[in-house]
Amino acid sequence: MGGLYFDIAHLFAGGLVLISFILLYQDRLYALLNVFALQAFVLALSVAWQAYVQDAPHLYITAGITIAFKAVAIPVALHRMVARLGVHREVETVVRLVPTMLAGIALVALSMVVMLRVTGGADPLAREDLAFALSVVLLGLLMMVTRSNAVSQVVGFMSLENGLILAATGAKGMPLVVEISVAFSILIALIVIGIFLFRIRERFDSVDLQVLDDYRGEAR
Amino acid sequence: MPLPGYLIGVAALLVLALTALLPRRIRSGTVVIYGGSLVVTAVLFAAAAWHLLANAAGLSLSLPLGVPWLGANFRLDALSAFILVVIDFGAAAASYYALGYGRHEHEPMRVLPFYPVFLAAMNLVVLADDAFAFLLSWEMMSLASWALVMSHHQVPGNARAGYVYIVMASIGTFALLMAFGLMAGDIGDYTFAAMRAHASERTATGVVLALALFGAGSKAGLAPFHVWLPLAHPAAPSHVSALMSGVMTKVAVYGFLRIVFDLLGTPVWWWGIPVLATGAVTAVIGALLGLMQNDLKRVLAYSTIENIGVIFIALGLALGFQSHGYSAAAALALTAALFHVLNHSLFKSLLFFGSGALLTATGERNMARLGGLLNRMPMTGLFMLVGCVAISALPPFNGFVSEWLAFQAILLSPVLSSWALKLMIPAVGAMLALAAALAGAAYVRVFGIAFLGRPRSDAATNATEVDRFSVTAMAALGILCLAAGVFPGVVIDALEPLVRQLLGTAMAHQSQLGWLAIAPIAESRSSYDGLLVFLFITTSALLAAVIIHRFASDQTRIAPPWDCGFPQNDPATQYTPESFAQPVRRVFSGFGFAASEAVDMPRPGDLRPAHFELKLKDLIWDYGYQPVVNTVFGIADALNRLQFLTIRQYLSLVFAALVFLLLALAIWT
Amino acid sequence: MTILGNLTIQILQMLLVLLPAPLLIGFIRKVKARLLRKKGPPLIQPYRDLIKLVGKEAVVADSASWLFRAVPYLVFAATWVAAALIPTFATGLLFSWSADLIAIIALLGSARFFLALAGMDVGTGFGGLGSSREMMFATLAEPAMIMIVFAVALIAGSTQLSYVAEFMLSPAVGLRVSLALGLIGLVIVAIAENARIPVDNPATHLELTMVHEAMVLEYSGRHLAMIELSAQLKLLLYVSLIACLFLPWGLAPVGAGIGLHVFGIAAYFAKLAVAGVALAVFETSIAKMRVFRVPDFIGVALMLGLLATLLRFMSGSL
Repeated sequence: MGGLYFDIAHLFAGGLVLISFILLYQDRLYALLNVFALQAFVLALSVAWQAYVQDAPHLYITAGITIAFKAVAIPVALHRMVARLGVHREVETVVRLVPTMLAGIALVALSMVVMLRVTGGADPLAREDLAFALSVVLLGLLMMVTRSNAVSQVVGFMSLENGLILAATGAKGMPLVVEISVAFSILIALIVIGIFLFRIRERFDSVDLQVLDDYRGEAR
Repeated sequence: MPLPGYLIGVAALLVLALTALLPRRIRSGTVVIYGGSLVVTAVLFAAAAWHLLANAAGLSLSLPLGVPWLGANFRLDALSAFILVVIDFGAAAASYYALGYGRHEHEPMRVLPFYPVFLAAMNLVVLADDAFAFLLSWEMMSLASWALVMSHHQVPGNARAGYVYIVMASIGTFALLMAFGLMAGDIGDYTFAAMRAHASERTATGVVLALALFGAGSKAGLAPFHVWLPLAHPAAPSHVSALMSGVMTKVAVYGFLRIVFDLLGTPVWWWGIPVLATGAVTAVIGALLGLMQNDLKRVLAYSTIENIGVIFIALGLALGFQSHGYSAAAALALTAALFHVLNHSLFKSLLFFGSGALLTATGERNMARLGGLLNRMPMTGLFMLVGCVAISALPPFNGFVSEWLAFQAILLSPVLSSWALKLMIPAVGAMLALAAALAGAAYVRVFGIAFLGRPRSDAATNATEVDRFSVTAMAALGILCLAAGVFPGVVIDALEPLVRQLLGTAMAHQSQLGWLAIAPIAESRSSYDGLLVFLFITTSALLAAVIIHRFASDQTRIAPPWDCGFPQNDPATQYTPESFAQPVRRVFSGFGFAASEAVDMPRPGDLRPAHFELKLKDLIWDYGYQPVVNTVFGIADALNRLQFLTIRQYLSLVFAALVFLLLALAIWT
Repeated sequence: MTILGNLTIQILQMLLVLLPAPLLIGFIRKVKARLLRKKGPPLIQPYRDLIKLVGKEAVVADSASWLFRAVPYLVFAATWVAAALIPTFATGLLFSWSADLIAIIALLGSARFFLALAGMDVGTGFGGLGSSREMMFATLAEPAMIMIVFAVALIAGSTQLSYVAEFMLSPAVGLRVSLALGLIGLVIVAIAENARIPVDNPATHLELTMVHEAMVLEYSGRHLAMIELSAQLKLLLYVSLIACLFLPWGLAPVGAGIGLHVFGIAAYFAKLAVAGVALAVFETSIAKMRVFRVPDFIGVALMLGLLATLLRFMSGSL
């Protein structure tokens, strides 16, 4: 395989990290969902490219599932959910934007160091892919802890899962069964969370999770 | 000049100080002291410069003074020669400036005796070749500068400044004492030569590095030990402020260089990390806090902190490269640091002279009461502008060249194998660039508020140009700022011997490149030509002006300001220093300081005045120092009770202590 | 002969950045107008404006100092020198070694420094407002720019633009994540530095959020012409820089024949046109930001630059 194959794979993986940052940057819910769909789309491209490079046709199915569920079904569902809930369209952040971004950069650096050091002898394509995947996972977690709105937390969770898929495809050989079951479990998680959201909304007139803390008597 | 010549010069300065203490009739006055200092330091400067440029051999001398078994050892090598050049040039400029400025001093006897002592002590620190002579002259330098800081002790705040300064200076000297103690170690020989010879068998080098970073760094103004600096430097008379900021901080850098690069031995891989980290934090904190100050001299003091940060970033890079075996890159970084040492001594002296000129002309240090001075003090304004551009690291002036060299050194650093450095250096690079950009904003603020616009007070309205001495001193420094920026190759070549002395290698000779360009590594990597950039800018600006004036219109009408059709005649409608800083304050609040604004806007129809309150909190002081201060006072209060014991209780205390020590001895051995 | 040839190329380059600069602005205005289904002013309108301004008498406020009159020429000179050092159609510029990319950024910094001072010179509220905001933007945009330069320079192994462009043309460069990050960052910085939407609105005065226009409010006549021309040059400079770093195709190599140079010039104009259309489409499709949203926007460029540099430090293949 020539350098170009690596470069394209890296470009897709790096694109995922970049989109994770864009997710962190977004301050409107609808834009957030669109960017999330974009991330899923790039993930599908990345997976398809891996399928081509590794000559592993089952990964095409993974890519297809990713597009169908995460680039289309879930964003559309969340769109309708936000519209139905009529929640405030702005993303409420707990931490200010610039510190969040700085923390994000530190996390990317951390995952690069960890992954590149640990996987010293491995296939170079996998090494950097894994580093990017870990970055996406950590950025997803960061998004979940720095946002108080439940919808954006769901998005953070989903983008975290994108990172997992990136890692799995980069490391050559996640069985298709696992992938399909993960995809379905995500879908079920979405349904559960959706129901949960409606319940919170009915009870507290808000999907801001801090309201829940107040209800438990934990002061902010 | 042989080494005794330098010592005679130092002695002459000390004698000069004594003559200021003679009975009133025959005591020497302002002109004699500053004139004498000017002559002596000019001679010392010329000798040291000759020594450096001629690449003369090192000189050393041992005098039977001081501690009997040690004597007093002095040595002049390339490093000390360079710092002597910086010191004595700054001192000569300050003395010349003071020939005019010093006449406005209300209480000359609080300044005159200490001024030559201060100069002598700085020279001695650099010449010292054993720990005893070094520390003695270091402490003399601290005390003399403290006395100068306290010269206007009636001014509110100055007494506290002096107090904080003396406490920090004492702790810093103590740290250096410990560092030397550790380095002398088992050999028990406190000459630098012995320390250098035994460098390889030394243990606990990390502790020495930490102590040197604290001891020398606190004198230089390295965060978080910088808190005294913005209090003390502005409190002194302006020519002394120039010396403290422009020169004394360089003596502190010298102390760090001497200990870490010369005496401590081969650097370990992690040495660069703490130096880089403190340097980067210092640069950003200094630049940010400087942007928040209204007192002109305090802005300059904070900017000193920022520049010290830049110097230490470059030093940290040099340590990192050297410890990984990349001496050529280390030479580049060290050259950047030393170039910046020289640059900062030039433009900071210039700016403090300018602030002194403003003080003479208006009696104001608060920028909120200045304005419109470029029309009233054209020469001071012009040279202040030069200083502001130079310190903002803008081409074709000198500040840019040293920062450019530092950036080039950063670009070489991916070769370093240490992961910690790989992680850190990009962030340090970003902080260096951020500090430079913030400094630019700070100096637009300084010059724009103080010299441009309309005067904000009567004092500013009636200001007139200052005396010839002050203007000439500023002119000389301003021209040198430009010269060092336009001919950087000359400076780099002059720095070569000392870089070679400290690192064993140096940057390639720059003078063989055409058009006086500089190329740190290879021309294909990067090159810069200050002369051509300067010529291009001046010619194209002149060309544009001439063509337009010749072929289009050269008519000008003087009219009231347009101001979007609603001109306001009150100068209070201009931007103030606070309002200029507001966007930056708002964006960066939380990084080293916390700002809170409270606006009380009466409702329409309500006749009470609107009220705006700004609260700035220095987080380093609040969270770093205040707890220590509180603890110390708490302990002091607790111990206070010991003063009211009976004699029997005192005796029993002494007795208990004795028994305790004996017990300790019994258990220990 | 070679010296003479190189000198010709250098002089041609200086004119090639100066002369089409107003045209680029005219083109962008035209495309924007068309996108809004308006007819728009003719392409050469910016030239007409400049000529008209140059011929008028300059009105200078009575509280202004000499700096106010000197600044337009200084700003113009610094911008022009910076623009002339960026390879637009040929890499072998005679004087390209006199300033590298960092120095070019610093030259733009000098121009901004003096322009901000000029904004404060007359002593009006608007001028101070513009200067203060401009410098706040600069505190983020300048480090962002430096970090992007770092990323590019680490890939190309040089900060000399001619060498960078040659490297970018070679097959060694590949597709790099850090380059992609750098490109996005550079576009953000270019938008912010040129006071385009969504950072600032170039088409309006008398808006409370204006930045650049507030600084130059007091200028008139030939001074205003110089300021306008330098602003146009600056936009062209950034487009040339992006083209030189990321789309260096068509640049004539050192010692190439006349044919290649002509092709280089044609390619350059094509790149300008593409950039103009892209900018116009972008500006039409987006709304202006609140002023305190801008630091976040430019902060993103800084983050991207930092991230790109970090990636370069971490791994040789990114």
